Amino acid sequence: MRRLRKLMSLTLTGVLLAGALAGCGQKDSGSADSDVIKIGGIAPLTGNVAVYGVAASNGAKLAIEEINASGGILGKKIEYIEYDDKGDTTEAVNAYKKLVNNNKVNAIIGAVTSKPTLAITPLAAKEGIPMITPTATALDVTAAGTNIFRTCFIDPYQGEIMAKFALENLNASKAAVLYNTADDYSLGVAEAFKNYFEANGGTVVSYEGYGADEKDYKAILTNVKTQNPDVLFLPDYYNTVGLIAQQVKEVGINATLLGADGWDGVLTVAPEAVEGGYFCNHYSTDDTAEEVQNFIKKYKETYNEDPVSFAALGYDTVKILAAAIEKAGTTDYDAVVKALAETNITSVTGTITYDENRNPVKDVAIIKIENGQNRLYTKVNPQ
Amino acid sequence: MNSRLKANIINTTSIILIYIILVLLIRIGFINNYYEGILIEMGINIILAVSLNLATGYLGQLTLGHAGFMAIGAYTAAILSARMNLPDLPLLLVSIVLGGLLAAFFAFLMAIPVFRLRGDYLAILTLGFGEIIRVIILNMKITGGGKGLSGILPLTSFSTVYFITVITVTIFYTLINSRHGRAIISIREDEIAAEAVGISTKYYKTFAFTLAAFFAGVAGGLFAHHTLVLDPKDFNFIRSIEILIIVVLGGMGNLTGSVLAAIIITILPRLLMGFADWNMIIYSVLLIAMMLFKPGGLLEKREFSLNGLLSGKKKSQGNTPVKNEGSE
Repeated sequence: MRRLRKLMSLTLTGVLLAGALAGCGQKDSGSADSDVIKIGGIAPLTGNVAVYGVAASNGAKLAIEEINASGGILGKKIEYIEYDDKGDTTEAVNAYKKLVNNNKVNAIIGAVTSKPTLAITPLAAKEGIPMITPTATALDVTAAGTNIFRTCFIDPYQGEIMAKFALENLNASKAAVLYNTADDYSLGVAEAFKNYFEANGGTVVSYEGYGADEKDYKAILTNVKTQNPDVLFLPDYYNTVGLIAQQVKEVGINATLLGADGWDGVLTVAPEAVEGGYFCNHYSTDDTAEEVQNFIKKYKETYNEDPVSFAALGYDTVKILAAAIEKAGTTDYDAVVKALAETNITSVTGTITYDENRNPVKDVAIIKIENGQNRLYTKVNPQ
Repeated sequence: MNSRLKANIINTTSIILIYIILVLLIRIGFINNYYEGILIEMGINIILAVSLNLATGYLGQLTLGHAGFMAIGAYTAAILSARMNLPDLPLLLVSIVLGGLLAAFFAFLMAIPVFRLRGDYLAILTLGFGEIIRVIILNMKITGGGKGLSGILPLTSFSTVYFITVITVTIFYTLINSRHGRAIISIREDEIAAEAVGISTKYYKTFAFTLAAFFAGVAGGLFAHHTLVLDPKDFNFIRSIEILIIVVLGGMGNLTGSVLAAIIITILPRLLMGFADWNMIIYSVLLIAMMLFKPGGLLEKREFSLNGLLSGKKKSQGNTPVKNEGSE
């Protein structure tokens, strides 16, 4: 028995060691392979934010399939290599290094959430590799280097759009804001909303933070109720928003609910509670534009579900990158980055050009929730 | 005395030799940026594991708040290095040492209430402390709160981590084999007996706990300047458990085991990166298998000794005089 145990543990160690050595041996495999254009993807495919990562990744894969089916770019097929960052900064750094050093990718798509993206931007900036994040909305993401772009709009922009919308379209004068203190996205949007709303004649009567794992918001909401706000702004991800919205109804607040792009998906959680609310989004499923309807149809055929905005952004990111490589005529880092800066394409999330900070200039869709459906209310032009 | 000198020379040369080989491999590009990153993570995990091993393995007090001290060190070092004007290497060293000192200071404060308890109660208390630290960081302005702290200078390099790891392991090794070390081990064996022979258990517990926290802080500082973005989420209770896994896997009260386990636990997830869906399952199964077949840790009670290996003698007994049996 003892001997057997020893043998087993030896084998186990052996397997581990072999694995370790095999890992080293994989180095450089296929680096000289220039028949394909390699695009590296970093997304949280498991963990807390996997919903977003999987959607963005599915969107990107769909676009790559399409491009490959129609002959690829520059006559070469795209090879998409993707690693899971689990929404974690260290994992993202490792994934990035592996993609660049071992897989020798020509460009990076990722990461999906803001903090892992912030972790890899200094590295990408040093290397000069073309990098586009589909969905990282934090302001600082593109600041690290001129080679870093994004497909989504930024947090402060969303906050301002919604504040402007509340003031001008809803004639609100008193607003309440509830935000998640542990989340950079929620904080960033909330701050921008508050600043814009107050600077333009409104008053924020209540500005309250809550913790990441809180489930009971009644204490805060009872407080909010006494202030009697016209609008209640809830910039958070949809599962939390659903929870808060239900309690808003229970407490009996009559304010119009407002949100940001994290609301996409809230209808799956609490459709009645958010009825009559508005949120801004990257695109709308009932947009009649041909690109949008085609994308929705193909996405449904492939994945058997409705595409959320993260999927649309993942899809567009690949389209932007492919167009830039096509235009540059090479995969040379600098040439592609230069072509990216001159991007001007129309795709699912609108007509996209880049400003001097490499943030996209494009329409924002304001969605109204009516009869349990997302309806495109209006499109706001950036100024 | 003579043989001791000889042993020291052998050890020092081999440490330098390994370093030179690794640096050469990095220079010629055989170890690329990605593998270098893994080596750095290994070093950081070794420091964390070895320091926790002092508190948990040698002192015998189950503490679950190691990530909290790491967080203090990481944030302190990152904030300081951004505000001081020094050349790279001194800047890193000064900030991580200060980070370690602050972590040690908090551990010292904690030790007063903590060591009124033992066993399960102590584990829960330290767990609570670790979480308190994380929540405080989450709500402070200077740490960036939930937004995380970004823009940290990339000061951690392979060389710094290598030498700091070597220094840490050496300090713990000499400590364990010193009078202080034996006193610490005696507390694990039988606290009442230790007290009866005149060992101040309060003093040694506080000492070991504070020292462990200091090195956790140092590891945190290295981590901060390696990852470049700090997120309070990185230091939750799962992180403490991860460090504990390394210690248990390597063997409670076994330094070589901690080093070896830290290396394996760092490599394992990287190897499994390709199997996105399966990696957590494979990882867990491997852990269960190792625990089943090696409940005492990878190396059980043996410590690795280069000199013993060279002279062909079994030196394992001589290294740790107060080795006990049956702590399982």
